[in-house]
Amino acid sequence: MARAVSTRRKVTLTAVAWTIGLLIFFPILWTILTSFKPEAQAIADPPIFFSFDWTLENYAVVQERSDYMRYLWNSVFLSIGSTVLGLMIAVPAAWSMAFVPTKRTKDVLLWMLSTKMLPAVGVLYPIRLILIETGLLDTRGALIFILMMINLPIIIWMLYTYFKEIPREILEAARMDGASLRSEILYVLTPMALPGIASTALLNVILAWNEAFWTLTLTTVDAAPLTAFIASYSSPEGLFYAKLSAASTMAIAPILILGWFSQKQLVRGLTFGAVK
Amino acid sequence: MGRITLEQVRKAFGPTEVIPPLDLEIDDGEFVVFVGPSGCGKSTLLRLIAGLEHISSGQIQIDGKDTTRLPPAKRGLAMVFQSYALYPHMSVRKNIAFPMRMAGIDAAEQTRRVEAAAKVLNLSDYLDRRPGQLSGGQRQRVAFGRAIVREPAAFLFDEPLSNLDAALRVGMRMEISELHKRLKTTMIYVTHDQVEAMTMADKIVVLQAGRIEQVGSPLELYNRPRNLFVAGFIGSPKMNLIAGAEAAKHGAATIGIRPEHIAVGEGEGEGLWTGKVGVSEHLGSDTFLHIHETGLAETITVRASGEMAIHHGDTVRLAPDMAKLHRFDGQGLRMSELQKH
Repeated sequence: MARAVSTRRKVTLTAVAWTIGLLIFFPILWTILTSFKPEAQAIADPPIFFSFDWTLENYAVVQERSDYMRYLWNSVFLSIGSTVLGLMIAVPAAWSMAFVPTKRTKDVLLWMLSTKMLPAVGVLYPIRLILIETGLLDTRGALIFILMMINLPIIIWMLYTYFKEIPREILEAARMDGASLRSEILYVLTPMALPGIASTALLNVILAWNEAFWTLTLTTVDAAPLTAFIASYSSPEGLFYAKLSAASTMAIAPILILGWFSQKQLVRGLTFGAVK
Repeated sequence: MGRITLEQVRKAFGPTEVIPPLDLEIDDGEFVVFVGPSGCGKSTLLRLIAGLEHISSGQIQIDGKDTTRLPPAKRGLAMVFQSYALYPHMSVRKNIAFPMRMAGIDAAEQTRRVEAAAKVLNLSDYLDRRPGQLSGGQRQRVAFGRAIVREPAAFLFDEPLSNLDAALRVGMRMEISELHKRLKTTMIYVTHDQVEAMTMADKIVVLQAGRIEQVGSPLELYNRPRNLFVAGFIGSPKMNLIAGAEAAKHGAATIGIRPEHIAVGEGEGEGLWTGKVGVSEHLGSDTFLHIHETGLAETITVRASGEMAIHHGDTVRLAPDMAKLHRFDGQGLRMSELQKH
């Protein structure tokens, strides 16, 4: 009897989970489906689900009208660049906070997090003006720096949590075993923290890839990533839903694929320290 | 060589002084145990010698060389941690070889020493495993192996057995003693377990609140504790400490008598004190009796033979061996034997 109830419970839970999952995924699915429709059928009312005339025309048009590869390259450059730069600063920072904490370490960590609470638009004009004055508007260098700064608190926090999990005694053992600071970092701490560093990097690449506020407001042509590519198909051109969908699909595809293959790492990264 | 000298070594964390200035001499080849209750500063003292903590003032010399400012890696000491502190991402072989790799010893010599250590420590079959695949006792042995191959001036042990179960602990205790006899290297061993201290040490350093209460051989500490703290700390079960009128009879503020130095007789008859048996703990070889209603303020603990058939509520006579009586003055310091009457 108890077994039957638990089976029914399981079935219900599974059904609920799938329903919620599909609801969340539906907009993306709809975008992908729409990208294969002719423009006329894309705006059909009632909407057509599968029985439309499948076409690749939208993709061809999008590719012809705008240089997808250039946007893609900018996205890759910005997300990886800001991640690498961020890690270079965050690893030593998290290190010192985790292993040589002072009385102020907790305050510094909270202060860093508090910078994430500031509405970004509040500093939009100062930053934009600085970039215009220095001639750095629409350059990849400036954008990498800004994306890195935006995500730095998160990288430091994540790495800090990972480093905290590494027993201090193991590092002390390395010191007793004759390791210099460099060897201690290279041969003991880094290999032990590698899964953590990897998930942090992955999450940061995704966050930087998806970042739209700064990438849209600080770029025009040269440094414009895929977010700008999607945006260029939205407002002024009217009802080109199918082409907009094709552009969106092309923009989200790389990150969707990356996310799919690294699910495990990501979940571990995001829940690390929460379950223990 | 491994002669370690501490001169006026002091450690403070901010305004809190955890170790007031302290002097200590450790001879080459000695097995020294730092013992004391938790928080007495014994681990801190060890970490100061290791160089894992900086001393606030004073000097630490190893073989006559001032090492006060040297980093741990340069002091030529090896340490075994309570948590073993093995490198989880390395095999047993690589763990043991790590100090040699850091010292730039050539690969052939590394292999030779790793295999020799593994043989001594019964680890030969586990060299390619990771620490996570070993039992607690095996991990502890790997930690020893890693310390041995360095051929250090001295070994530092920070409560290395406290994560092991009781049976294993006794075995490992003997293994460490064996190791010391074979290597003849200076060892400093920190523990809160006075049985470990008594069984392993050449010299015991009893610490309390960062202060050295007494330094001496196990039997010196047992037979002639310098003060009330050492008297109460060394020996199991604890020495009976009796204050008040009974102590005054012996011209002391407190008298002490160990449970094993009191003879027990049943019923009426001769004996200094009579009392009622409270809890009795039967260990097989011995029976520990806790005696109440002796007319003394304190409950008296007595060691009787294992066969003794004594029950709760029985009346017993207690005859302490007067030659084994310890006397302490008002400051809790040991009084000279000469004054004994």
